[in-house]
Amino acid sequence: MRPYVSFLKLRLNMGMQYRTGAFAGVATQFFWGIIIIMVFEAFYQHATKTPPISLPQIITYVWLQQAFLVFVTMWFRDNELFELITSGNIAYELCRPWELYGFWYAKLLAQRLSSALLRCFPILIIALFLPATYRLTIPPSVTTLILFIITLLLGLLLLIAISMFLYISVFVTMSPVGSLLLFSVLGEFFAGLIIPVPLMPSWLQTIANILPFRWTADFPFRVYSGHISGQAAINGILIQLAYLAVLVVLGRCALNLILRKVVVQGG
Amino acid sequence: MRLYFKYLQILFKSQMQYRTSFLLLSLGQFFIPFAIFAGLYLLFERFGQIKGWQLFEVALCFGIIHMAFALSECFARGFDTFSSLIIKGDFDRLLVRPRSTFVQVLGSQFEFTRFGRLLQSLFVLIWAVMNLPIDWTPIKMLTLIFMIISGVLIFTGIYMLAATMCFWTVQGLEVANIFTDGGREMAQYPLNIYQKWVSRFFTYVIPFGTVNYLPLLYILGKSEGDGVLYLLTPVAGSLFILPCFLVWQFGVRHYRSTGS
Repeated sequence: MRPYVSFLKLRLNMGMQYRTGAFAGVATQFFWGIIIIMVFEAFYQHATKTPPISLPQIITYVWLQQAFLVFVTMWFRDNELFELITSGNIAYELCRPWELYGFWYAKLLAQRLSSALLRCFPILIIALFLPATYRLTIPPSVTTLILFIITLLLGLLLLIAISMFLYISVFVTMSPVGSLLLFSVLGEFFAGLIIPVPLMPSWLQTIANILPFRWTADFPFRVYSGHISGQAAINGILIQLAYLAVLVVLGRCALNLILRKVVVQGG
Repeated sequence: MRLYFKYLQILFKSQMQYRTSFLLLSLGQFFIPFAIFAGLYLLFERFGQIKGWQLFEVALCFGIIHMAFALSECFARGFDTFSSLIIKGDFDRLLVRPRSTFVQVLGSQFEFTRFGRLLQSLFVLIWAVMNLPIDWTPIKMLTLIFMIISGVLIFTGIYMLAATMCFWTVQGLEVANIFTDGGREMAQYPLNIYQKWVSRFFTYVIPFGTVNYLPLLYILGKSEGDGVLYLLTPVAGSLFILPCFLVWQFGVRHYRSTGS
């Protein structure tokens, strides 16, 4: 465990170096958030039927999405890993005295954590003090807040387990382009990044519920706003845990299977 | 102009060397906006309308702005990736050549894979036009074409502004995305659904409103008054590129090499 932890620390420090970039990102996401909220506001204004999720809950959903974007997007990727695989430098990685899956997992985790830590607080804090219509609401109770943090972190672990498959697939295809595309379009759609899951038609919601993507983003965000509460939230955490276990085991098997077949060609 | 097409030919050949990757990327460029459009469609399915605008009216708006964006990404990609030219010091080479820097930077990159995106926006555009009860007059058709052209010019202008910033900051600025990606995202809905300050900013400072919203009103028959006046709004909007061009020239004159 120790090498993983110290590696995580190292990466966190490295990520913190890019502060200016992060602030530019905050400005962009902030603008983005406001535009999306205005679109929803316009849609809600003349809604004939009561929508399944209220406007303040949607606004909270959008702000959390913007604040934790790096926790939920697929396209946030590590080109270093792709290069390792395609260039053959993977051979060095294999010589290291720890398991590749855990090592890469820690690396990806640290990257996302460090980017998110830089970005989320400015966005959250500003969003909390906006004029009432655009304000991020605070969670209805302390329990909700705690549940949110648990589900968000589990969601992050889950997302990394999913993205590991992306890297594993590069061993086979040798080009990250295709799989990245497939994962990001599908993943983002079903995670509720394009349209919030509760607003989807019910047949699509069924699909979203079965796929793992929703449990990384949509679920924690709705726990925060109180749209999912009590027993449903607890059940959701169990589903997250189950998914996490299955995906990690599968990913590990897949990686080991492929590594056995890897032929390192000189150079 | 001949030089520019020569550049295009070379770039096309070089990109075609990796055919599978090329096809995959084009396909992806088709599906990303497709997912966004699917989201828009689903929202209409749930809410029926947005501030009185119907699905096909918004789809027309969406098609026009996405087409303009895709075209500008194809043609003006050189400005979008300009920071890499500066960082590597490659810009110095362009300066010693006896051609305008504008054409050379424009021709330094061309993203043919964006055709996928173009195709997708074309589908949406045609689908919207076929479902809208518009009686097409020559002026209306001309207006539609002008809308797309001036959209391309505005996006290109923004790219140029962002590229000019690179002369001083060396690195590309992510903030420029607000006006390119953000502008696209914003202008895919009619401007009047937003708060006053947003629609004012995007009419008078960055004239997306004159490209999209005002002439759209005319095409859809929601406006009163002279059609020619509305025809001219996109033309006025395209004037946006002139100051951008001047700023670019100013930047080139004050350029100091990174020396690497």
